Amino acid sequence: MRFRTLNELAELSVREEKPIYRVMLEDQAMESGRTAEREWDKMKQYYGIMKEAVRKGAAAEGGSRSGLTGGDAKRTLDYALRPDSSLALDAGKAMAYALAVSEVNASMGRIVATPTAGSCGVIPGVFVSSQERFGWSDDDMVGGLFCAGAIGYVIANNSFISGAEGGCQAEIGSAIGMAAGALTELKGGSPAQVVHAVGLALKNTLGLICDPVAGLVEIPCIVRNGFGAVNALAAADMALAGVRSVIPSDEVIQVMLEVGGAMPDIHRETAQGGLAQTPTGRRLAEQLAAGTRTSGDRKDGENDGE
Amino acid sequence: MRFKDVFSIIGPSMIGPSSSHTAGAVRLGRVARELLGAMPKEADIVFYGSFAATYAGHGTDVAVVAGLLRFGTDDARIPDSLRLAAEVGMKVTFRAGAGAAVHPNTLSVELRSDDRFCRMTGCSIGGGNIEVIEASGFDLRFTADYPTMIVFHGDRTGVLADITRLLSGANVNIGYMDVDRKGRLGEAATAVETDGGLSDDLLEEIGRLPGVTGISYIDLNGGAEA
Repeated sequence: MRFRTLNELAELSVREEKPIYRVMLEDQAMESGRTAEREWDKMKQYYGIMKEAVRKGAAAEGGSRSGLTGGDAKRTLDYALRPDSSLALDAGKAMAYALAVSEVNASMGRIVATPTAGSCGVIPGVFVSSQERFGWSDDDMVGGLFCAGAIGYVIANNSFISGAEGGCQAEIGSAIGMAAGALTELKGGSPAQVVHAVGLALKNTLGLICDPVAGLVEIPCIVRNGFGAVNALAAADMALAGVRSVIPSDEVIQVMLEVGGAMPDIHRETAQGGLAQTPTGRRLAEQLAAGTRTSGDRKDGENDGE
Repeated sequence: MRFKDVFSIIGPSMIGPSSSHTAGAVRLGRVARELLGAMPKEADIVFYGSFAATYAGHGTDVAVVAGLLRFGTDDARIPDSLRLAAEVGMKVTFRAGAGAAVHPNTLSVELRSDDRFCRMTGCSIGGGNIEVIEASGFDLRFTADYPTMIVFHGDRTGVLADITRLLSGANVNIGYMDVDRKGRLGEAATAVETDGGLSDDLLEEIGRLPGVTGISYIDLNGGAEA
């Protein structure tokens, strides 16, 4: 890739007079040695998987394997349809759709990691709800995914995108930044505004720990995807309104690296701290451990050398 | 760059619930399987760090075994992999390893078939991306993002030149190489990441080079399931 920072990405976009998604697509084709058309088709296939996951989750077809979660997407969507919902329909849908994809993930259903499975709901939530609202085509959304990917590529290579390395800020935080930047470009924002949207979004999740109850990608991961989608809408609106990230977005990414590096192990996906170690978190983990020993849904027996 | 392209960020398409613990683990299992080059009869899997703490809940165990069966990250059979492995006669053990790991999500796999043995250690670094750090006792680092050939050979003058000459003759561009040896003039191994896939003929030709004792080929985007 010809860019290592968001600043370089925006400069390329301005200099070559093409949107960020186009810069990413062309660099991707160069890197992979495949045609831009083929890479576009692969991304379009991924968007199809995202839409299918939204549909399945919103219809409450995604009950988790553990039984800890499920049905919240449908609940939230039904509530969003009420005239007195605080978010109103469009933001409510973004939230519900994000929950939907995360619930499908927890049920061992098919999703696309964006950038990870733990944060797989944010981008589909923002994208599918915005597509319905603004009447955008699938190809518009595929372009948006290339833009989101360019942002994620910079974050991943300058900081991290896994909870085990950098906490939830690295997963949900990155996903919100990617969704916010892509939505800004889809709505006609300038490359500079796209970059501001990323920085604004990331600042709001700095320090977020990864503390999954029983080590499962369910509590609090699923609801954080729902909140993440709403935050991405807010960051895009701020950037499009002209709000700037006074600390440049590339510097914010370095802060994510600093904070994640200083985060104790118990708050980096090990389930040894945070919500996972509350009295209720511990009780749920113990119940599940007892349940899996007797339920027999995992074929342990002689295949388990523990 | 740890993350190479747009599809290491948007993607992979996968069966949940965790890109590090499920999709990355499938890919690590698949690399081990290709290193062995045969269906394993026995697989001993050791989890470290966050993997050790949470492998059962995330399905990391079923994911690694799915990789050993050569499934892709979005194969709907992943949740059933332990049963499917038992059906083909693969005996699998899991345990949590003690001690500090180089990365929070690390696992080691030892595989045996009738006449083969291999050992692999690798890390799942996020979004389904992996870094292999050990292959059969050699400190070889590679990501398996590209077609990757592992050549085991004696530490002799000219072996690498012979290998690269054959690759260049076949018009294959090398993106990355890593070499390790157990001692001067002892056993050595080389990992070669290439931009395009390698043909069976080319791999056989490299395998016949003087000093070459073994060869494995890993192409996670190509290859059929078995």
